[in-house]
Amino acid sequence: MTTKEKNAEKSSLFSGVGGIVIAGAVVGLISALLVKLGNPGNMGFCIACFLRDIAGATKLQTAAVVQYFRPEIVGLVIGAMVMALVSKEFSPRGGSAPFTRFVVAAFVMIGALVFLGCPLRMILRIGGGDLNAVIALVGFAAGILVGIYFLNKGFNLKRTYTVNKAEGFAFPIVLSALFVLCLLVPSLFAFSEKGPGSMHVSVIIALAAGLIVGALAQKTRLCMVAGIRDAVLFKDWKLLIGFVTIIIAAMVGNLAFGQFHLGFSGQPIAHSVHLWSFLGMLVVGFGSVLLGGCPLRQLIMAGEGNADSAVTVMGYIVGAAFAHNFGLAGAAATAESIGGPSIYGKGAVIIGIIVLLAVAFFNTKRAKN
Amino acid sequence: MEKKVIDARGLSCPQPVLLTKKALASNENAYEVLVDNATAKENVTRFANNSGYSVSVTEKDGDYCLSLSK
Repeated sequence: MTTKEKNAEKSSLFSGVGGIVIAGAVVGLISALLVKLGNPGNMGFCIACFLRDIAGATKLQTAAVVQYFRPEIVGLVIGAMVMALVSKEFSPRGGSAPFTRFVVAAFVMIGALVFLGCPLRMILRIGGGDLNAVIALVGFAAGILVGIYFLNKGFNLKRTYTVNKAEGFAFPIVLSALFVLCLLVPSLFAFSEKGPGSMHVSVIIALAAGLIVGALAQKTRLCMVAGIRDAVLFKDWKLLIGFVTIIIAAMVGNLAFGQFHLGFSGQPIAHSVHLWSFLGMLVVGFGSVLLGGCPLRQLIMAGEGNADSAVTVMGYIVGAAFAHNFGLAGAAATAESIGGPSIYGKGAVIIGIIVLLAVAFFNTKRAKN
Repeated sequence: MEKKVIDARGLSCPQPVLLTKKALASNENAYEVLVDNATAKENVTRFANNSGYSVSVTEKDGDYCLSLSK
């Protein structure tokens, strides 16, 4: 056996089922722990919410309750970058339909904020007993099936190209520099005094949690969308096992910390307007198949030097800014209100579905053979 | 016999696996799949193994060449 083949065997050992179960368990438990230590309910991690909070901290949106520079995001990207560098998988690349990705990402973010969570928070909400998220999961899976339909028809955003190292490092460096600036000159940034943005763990804990999860997600290719997608397309269950493990681990953690509450009502930062949870996450599932991965995976790939994923993350942030500046995001239910999206939020979801269908249609070409 | 070559360089998953899946429908004894990222290498390898092919990988200039054989 050559050295190359030995290396392949070694990496396939880590990329096997054992690795993904460990990663899923760690992600689920850390998420429950972060809630215990101060993050908002069922929001140990939420890529959509955290990027939205960063959009708030940088005043791209000014909803007073969701402004905070979440160190978890920085940790995820840098953790993935370091792990990719160590395992020689850091690979600067880009050029696969960047603006299309930007637009799709913006609508994915709007869909997620109508529901109130990215796919990762969706399953963390299920792990906390929030049954509204089960309905969102059905919408998410339906969206993935629509995406798979186009994949089978030949949907493709065309190939990427190798780019300069500087391009690959640009996103991690810019994000880190902004974060350091936020630590050194906090007066430049906005911080929520009440609401979800004011609820957070300490910077060190958040950063450490992000670094650990980022490194594990890079190593195992953890992705909420690919779990369902690859099970349907290829009968490949690996990533779906990670998905299920996160739910179980979050459930165990939440039960241990007394944070598990089964039901539809009284859930933290959630609403029970089911049709729009379903449709919001349908946009997320469909859009994420077009993008090739869920928001968590895009952050990880941005850390691996993928400039298209970096553009995608910028699309999420701009989508989040629109979501709050235009009043599109779903409101959490309170004692006085059932919450859910405004008429504009509903309109944005419908427009999102139309835009995604157009993107899918115009980038689908029948295979030659 | 000429091996059928599947060039999936530059493509991200699931495209390389999809192309491999389509090619494998012709049910030949050997194929060669070219990919340029580790995720695609792992995913194509896993798919080929599940489809009854053994895979050997060689690396050249950052690209991976996967030889599939029954």
